[in-house]
Amino acid sequence: MAKVMFKRPAALTDKQFHYCPGCTHGIIHRLVAEVIDEMGIRDHTVGVCPVGCSVFAYDYFNMDMFQAAHGRAPAVATGIKRTLPDRMVFTYQGDGDLASIGTAEIVHAAARGEKITTVFVNNAVYGMTGGQMAPTTLPGQKTTTTPKGREKEAAGLPVKISEMLSTLDGAVYVARVSVHDPKHITQAKKAIRKAFEVQQAGLGFSLVEVLSTCPTNWGLSPKESLKWLADNMLPYYPLGVYKEPAEVK
Amino acid sequence: MATVSFREDRCKGCELCITVCPEKIIVLADHINAMGFHPAAVVEMDKCKGCAMCARMCPDVVIEVVKEEKQA
Amino acid sequence: MSKVLMKGNEAIGEGAIRAGCRHFFGYPITPQSELPHYLAKRMPEVGGVFLQAESETSSINMVYGAAGTGFRVLTSSSSPGLSLMQEGISYLAGAELPCVIVNVMRGGPGLGSIAPAQSDYFQAVKGGGHGDYKLIVLAPASVQEIIDLMQVAFDLGDKYRTPVMLVGDGILGQMMEPVELADEVTLPEITAKPWAAGGLKGRETPNIINSLYIVPEDCEKLNHRLFAKYEAIATEETRWEEYRLADAEIVLTGFGTAARIAKSVVDKARAEGIKAGLIRPITLWPFPSKVYAKAAEQAQRFLCVEMSMGQMIEDVKLAVNGKKPVHFYGRSGGMVPLAKDVLAEVKKIMAGGDE
Ligand SMILES: Cc1ncc(C[n+]2csc(CCOP(=O)(O)OP(=O)(O)O)c2C)c(N)n1
Ligand code: SF4
Ligand code: SF4
Ligand code: SF4
Repeated sequence: MAKVMFKRPAALTDKQFHYCPGCTHGIIHRLVAEVIDEMGIRDHTVGVCPVGCSVFAYDYFNMDMFQAAHGRAPAVATGIKRTLPDRMVFTYQGDGDLASIGTAEIVHAAARGEKITTVFVNNAVYGMTGGQMAPTTLPGQKTTTTPKGREKEAAGLPVKISEMLSTLDGAVYVARVSVHDPKHITQAKKAIRKAFEVQQAGLGFSLVEVLSTCPTNWGLSPKESLKWLADNMLPYYPLGVYKEPAEVK
Repeated sequence: MATVSFREDRCKGCELCITVCPEKIIVLADHINAMGFHPAAVVEMDKCKGCAMCARMCPDVVIEVVKEEKQA
Repeated sequence: MSKVLMKGNEAIGEGAIRAGCRHFFGYPITPQSELPHYLAKRMPEVGGVFLQAESETSSINMVYGAAGTGFRVLTSSSSPGLSLMQEGISYLAGAELPCVIVNVMRGGPGLGSIAPAQSDYFQAVKGGGHGDYKLIVLAPASVQEIIDLMQVAFDLGDKYRTPVMLVGDGILGQMMEPVELADEVTLPEITAKPWAAGGLKGRETPNIINSLYIVPEDCEKLNHRLFAKYEAIATEETRWEEYRLADAEIVLTGFGTAARIAKSVVDKARAEGIKAGLIRPITLWPFPSKVYAKAAEQAQRFLCVEMSMGQMIEDVKLAVNGKKPVHFYGRSGGMVPLAKDVLAEVKKIMAGGDE
């Protein structure tokens, strides 16, 4: 008997991703779609995509979608959820979107315990606009706006979103995962599933930070990028579940 | 026995599937696809375990994996 | 129907509820705070949602989310808050989402004063955010008119899929007047919104709320579509009030509170033998230009009265198109023109003393 071990999830449209070769945004999209399929919630899920490389995510997710202004996705998601509390609402945001221009929106959505799920893609750089420094750029990391490497004196140190948001009572599930190898991809999917389950159970705000690559702006091959992530990002951004409600443990 | 199929026109030749295949049976083909990339392909399908690591790693959802299971 | 005494700011809230709005997102600011205070109590009574956002930037984006699911939604602020909302308003216009945005204007620029002003006219009618767009802008001049125009605002927003702004000022907001209200709150019929993105729920094709058109040709098409719609709005929905205009030699004009003052000056001038009349735009956009053009055929002069350094006067001048002189009397920064000063200005102009 033939068993399908892997096929394209129904929660993705058939549209081809516009991402650069080897960019792990595509993996993260697929994981979100797989979770939506497995939970059987596509029919009543609404997604909000950011400004950043994933701005076209509304073309990829096969469900009702919103495109939000840069950083404002959590506020838009709040508006959606408050009109339709029985829908599943998620935001998909990059690190410039969420951790820089949209810090107020994410912090307060979390503080309110807004019953939404955020998939936060941390690739330590601004992808879409040409590899500038992100709030998550590592100390010493070269970007187009930190040509000598990020210097603490001039540019400060990275924002650790998972650690920060897990201090808020309204944020009930916060986890940091990575997608640099199949084992971590499986773990990442589990975390995304938990985050959606937390929302479904009406427990509060949930966020999964996903460490991701940007081969183009890191100036590395896709393969080297996976290694760079593992060698440089993992030590600075420890993986793990930062907060988890007893109900879904 | 497992069959791995590649949606060749969608492949961006990033080699991530090659990196993770435990059997080291995926290579980039000599020819190029419509986007100008050398697409990935399996050379010795009979060695494939059907583990789907390649598919899970592929950022462009190019790969499908079907495994033949013995009838119970 | 019964008559009740209401404050302008409360009337905005009650008017919204009567118009079927059950969602309010806002951030506190003087001089409109009675409105959120009122709705914080009132919304739960009618099963609605009142949410105090962390900023006006957030409120307007919550409005974007709520409007995109097809619900009638309101936000309100005063001048500095409206400046923060401009990004979101541009997105709402681009994504063609109906909603109602209230600006109870105060003195500016900067933090300015908290006293009543009309100096956000340009921001409201010329598109305060980026890109080619217009808002329908309504300017009530009494508490009853606030109630009536809130219904109009929501209806027009839905009819044309466009954000609508209602502008007032601190005087109108604080003023208590009797209003006619139906005894029962009934949900009005709201037309179905097949474009709304509230989940597929059996629908095959996803709905997408979006203002991104990356291909310039497509973006231009959007703008052409928007402007065809704006043309229809201008033809169908322009509103104004005329008062003692037929034989007027001097036409006073202004909106909102300034128009109320100007109207009283018309009577005072008439009592002194000066043939004065009034044009009061109720829609600031679309602007009732034709009414001015027609009045310019017989009137000798125009006097624009504003609570600003002179903003609406530019539209009046465009409408009058050089046919007759357009004079200006304004106070700004939160100062309000006094009827006696406006009357003195009328007399001076009619005596030819301001050439
Ligand atoms: C108000 C505003 N400011 C700036 C921009 C330009 N901009 C677009 S995307 C982006 C950064 C995106 O980076 P990130 O969120 O990390 O996403 P990535 O592209 O890396 O996935 C910026 C600054 C914008 N679109 N809007
Ligand atoms: S620029 Fe970076 S983040 Fe954007 S698609 Fe390319 S690799 Fe991915
Ligand atoms: S299924 Fe496993 S063994 Fe087969 S090609 Fe893919 S990674 Fe290699
Ligand atoms: S991972 Fe996917 S896109 Fe990359 S080479 Fe393999 S099949 Fe092609």
